[in-house]
Amino acid sequence: MSLLNVTDLDVRFALRQGEVRALRNVSFSLDRGERLGIVGESGAGKSVAAFSLLNLIAKPGFIAGGSIRFDGQELNGMSERCLRKIRGNRISMIFQDPMMTLNPVLSIGEQMVECLKAHRRISSREARTIALHKLQQVQIPSPETRLDQYPHELSGGMRQRIIIAIALLLDPDIIIADEPTTALDVTIQAEIMALLLELCEKHNVGLILITHDLGVVSQVTQRMLVMYAGRVIEEGPTREIINDPQHPYTQGLMNALPQMATPGERLNQIPGSMPSLSKLPSGCAFHPRCGFVKRADGQPRRACHDVIPDFVESGNCRVACHMVAEMLNGEPSLAKEETP
Amino acid sequence: MSTYASPTPTRWARFRDSYFLYSFKRTWSAQLCLAIFVSLVIIAFLAPWLAPTDPYDLRQIDILASELPPFWIAGADEMYMLGTDAQGRDLLSIILYGTRVSLIIGFGAVLLQALLGVTFGLLAGYLGGRVDALLMRLADIQLSFSTLMVAIVVGAIVKATLGSSFYSEYAVLMLILIIGLAEWPQYARTVRASVLAERSKEYVDAARVMGLGSRRIMFRHVLPNTLSPVFVISTVQIANAIISEAALSFLGLGMPETHPSLGSLIKSGFDYIQSGSWWITLIPGVVLVVLVLTINLLGDWVRDVMNPRLYKG
Amino acid sequence: MIAFLTKRLMHAILVMFVISVLAFAIQGNLGDPIQQMVGQSVPESEREALRERFGLNDPFHTQYLRFAANALQGDFGFSYFYREPALDVIARHLPATLELVFGATLIIVLLSVPIGVYSAIKPRSPISRFFMGVSIIGISVPVFLTAIVLIQIFSIGMTVSLFPQDTAWGSWLNGFLSTEGGMPSFGRGQDLTHMVGYWDSNLFTLGGLRHLALPSIALASIMLPLFIRLIRAEMQEVLQSEYVKFARAKGISLRRIYFVHALKNTLLPVITVGGVQIGTMVAYTILTETVFQWPGMGLMFIDAINRADIPLIVAYLMIVGVIFVVTNTLVDLVYGMVNPTVKLTGKPA
Repeated sequence: MSLLNVTDLDVRFALRQGEVRALRNVSFSLDRGERLGIVGESGAGKSVAAFSLLNLIAKPGFIAGGSIRFDGQELNGMSERCLRKIRGNRISMIFQDPMMTLNPVLSIGEQMVECLKAHRRISSREARTIALHKLQQVQIPSPETRLDQYPHELSGGMRQRIIIAIALLLDPDIIIADEPTTALDVTIQAEIMALLLELCEKHNVGLILITHDLGVVSQVTQRMLVMYAGRVIEEGPTREIINDPQHPYTQGLMNALPQMATPGERLNQIPGSMPSLSKLPSGCAFHPRCGFVKRADGQPRRACHDVIPDFVESGNCRVACHMVAEMLNGEPSLAKEETP
Repeated sequence: MSTYASPTPTRWARFRDSYFLYSFKRTWSAQLCLAIFVSLVIIAFLAPWLAPTDPYDLRQIDILASELPPFWIAGADEMYMLGTDAQGRDLLSIILYGTRVSLIIGFGAVLLQALLGVTFGLLAGYLGGRVDALLMRLADIQLSFSTLMVAIVVGAIVKATLGSSFYSEYAVLMLILIIGLAEWPQYARTVRASVLAERSKEYVDAARVMGLGSRRIMFRHVLPNTLSPVFVISTVQIANAIISEAALSFLGLGMPETHPSLGSLIKSGFDYIQSGSWWITLIPGVVLVVLVLTINLLGDWVRDVMNPRLYKG
Repeated sequence: MIAFLTKRLMHAILVMFVISVLAFAIQGNLGDPIQQMVGQSVPESEREALRERFGLNDPFHTQYLRFAANALQGDFGFSYFYREPALDVIARHLPATLELVFGATLIIVLLSVPIGVYSAIKPRSPISRFFMGVSIIGISVPVFLTAIVLIQIFSIGMTVSLFPQDTAWGSWLNGFLSTEGGMPSFGRGQDLTHMVGYWDSNLFTLGGLRHLALPSIALASIMLPLFIRLIRAEMQEVLQSEYVKFARAKGISLRRIYFVHALKNTLLPVITVGGVQIGTMVAYTILTETVFQWPGMGLMFIDAINRADIPLIVAYLMIVGVIFVVTNTLVDLVYGMVNPTVKLTGKPA
């Protein structure tokens, strides 16, 4: 049993036009100290997955089903009181934009101390000492003065360091980092990522890294999930997926990387764009953009249009694709679920 | 020339298919408010034909029939449905005429505000520099005093300068001028903000590159794009203007009692409230509140539909 | 800090300059001080001599400078009606207005924050909907009408006989809706506590407070809905922000999120709007004081207008200008204290 086991997570948004399913049958697990990457285009449901783990999705969204087991406890359906004891304490989060994440009217010290005091019975003085220690760990120059400063006095990179320090405050088991470097300058991105990686390794903290940057995923994580239109479509050890992507979508993502293009020519884009969750195509959600909906002999593969693909094992990876299933087993794999 | 129908839809078709109309059809409160408001306006403007008596005609007033209660209270005279005021005027008639006066002043003042405000706002936003600084500083000072305060002070000065009798004679015009002058900054600020937003857009640059004069760019290109916020604040401004008029009249700086608006009706009735004749003041009060409330509710709805974030920042 | 004060001072000087020119123009055009002084019977030649002696034939700017110099020393001339220095008349009326504003502000602050916060946190609850409905009605009722209705209900009393008196429910409803009245609604009453100088207070006796109650409620009634709606809108926006989500992800209790993280950010724009509304508040004191015959500056001003008491009108305008400038500066200072991103240098850091 892993530290975190997510099975068949189903998240919906109750909108006026009806329910939209943001996540379907999302399953994954994370071992202690393991680093997992979640990859996909914007709108694929990566952030929703991250926020739903701690039941932090905003109002019209709700968890409709599935299970989130963390260290022997079921988080789905857990009371707000009990969840609060886990949030920031055993599972903490790092948000995308450091400019928006810190409260502008509270000092850095206040925002760190309140987090410690929310989870431990300690005096403000002790909390301040711990906060100072964590600021040193994230290599912030002159940490004492930082404690009394306000967010607007610090640069974006500095703020993200502070947010990492806050995430580490209570020595959590897992950190969920939602695009932690996207909003930063390119020069600082690598620095922050290296710091995060170093701290996770040093303290044996599990990391769920949400990103659209395959380069970062390949450097930092041991395993990865690829998501498309609210589903996981490929999952496995990072190195294997990067070296030999199975799903046409993952292949497309890899081919779109600048280093895969011939200099002087256009990047290899995946044609089309991700469908809106309220208007998903039938069958495999990727089929309108997929180059493999026809077999090698030119015959269309009906299943791609009609049936949602289930996972097939391919080496150490799991892939949800009819084409891959056909190559492995000689017949398309059928999902447990009907086409909506 | 092509014989096909023009591919750009007509204004009516665009309106018919707009979200505006769609939302209106689905919001019963907006429909109700519009219905009440429109009927009040129609009734008020048809007052000379609808009212049982002409309250401006002294011969039709019976001073002996003063302070009669409305029909549901014992002692009422069936000739006067809503009772009579202290001078024996039929309350229903005088309210109809009074509503008309209030509406004329409200619409007139908003028209003047919009004219001044849109012009100054366009100038400030488009020309920038010193014109902008001067106009906006003036607007700031005026707004920091609050428009009602400015209206009261201006009203007081005008009345003291021109004398009471002259002021009463031209009260409608005076009130339109005073409220119009007091509230233009609201429009000027809104228009200026949207001009600044529009000006940075490419089509204005394009027009300038094509060699169009700045006046033409302003009125043909920029102005139409600033109209939707102007429309949104206009609803609220009409309500404000009607309330301002009522407040000025209540303070004795508005319509004279011989030619009352809703505000001066409330004022003259207030003197009789201690003697138990509450209807003289409260019935016009109710009419005023219904009028302003329906406009405010419509304004809320329009704001929500057209631009939910307009009033921010 | 010094830069901030300098900037405020410049602004204040500009505002006061505009007001004083306006006030001076009124004085110059409206009153004929000579006529006030000597009456009709004095021959024209003698008047001309007096004009010359009092400098009334000097050019406009010379006269203005003299006026401004006098005003700076607190000399606004003599009130025609009271026959004493205009500033003294105002000083006598000021405490009543300040106490009225104090009462109204207290009501506004005590009610708008909890109601606004509650309806932002639970926008769909029936209580929130009720308050939102009441507040849009409140915005649409002019302050003098609220005052009149309050007088009718709580001072005069109402006998309701809409329902059949011979049935049990009818008579109960009639009795329930009828009011006794009896609340004072005229002036400040007799139970005043003398404090210092011109300040007699309503705040320290039951009788005094009873006199203050209806006017304060009436004055508060117009601002309260505005602030409830504003606090609700701002709070709802803040609750959507990333830092509130992050605070939730940190495991902070909801109470702390609402009242520390969100409320502090909500209050920033509310303070700004509050500063702008001070002007409106002064305008509404004029209306409220007129209805309740509350002997404050507003009533004094209206009386001065009706009596064409020019020096008093001018003095009132100048004093109100000073009050605006001072309160606006105070509001900016408070804003700077609450908002760490403002360094009181005059521009955001």
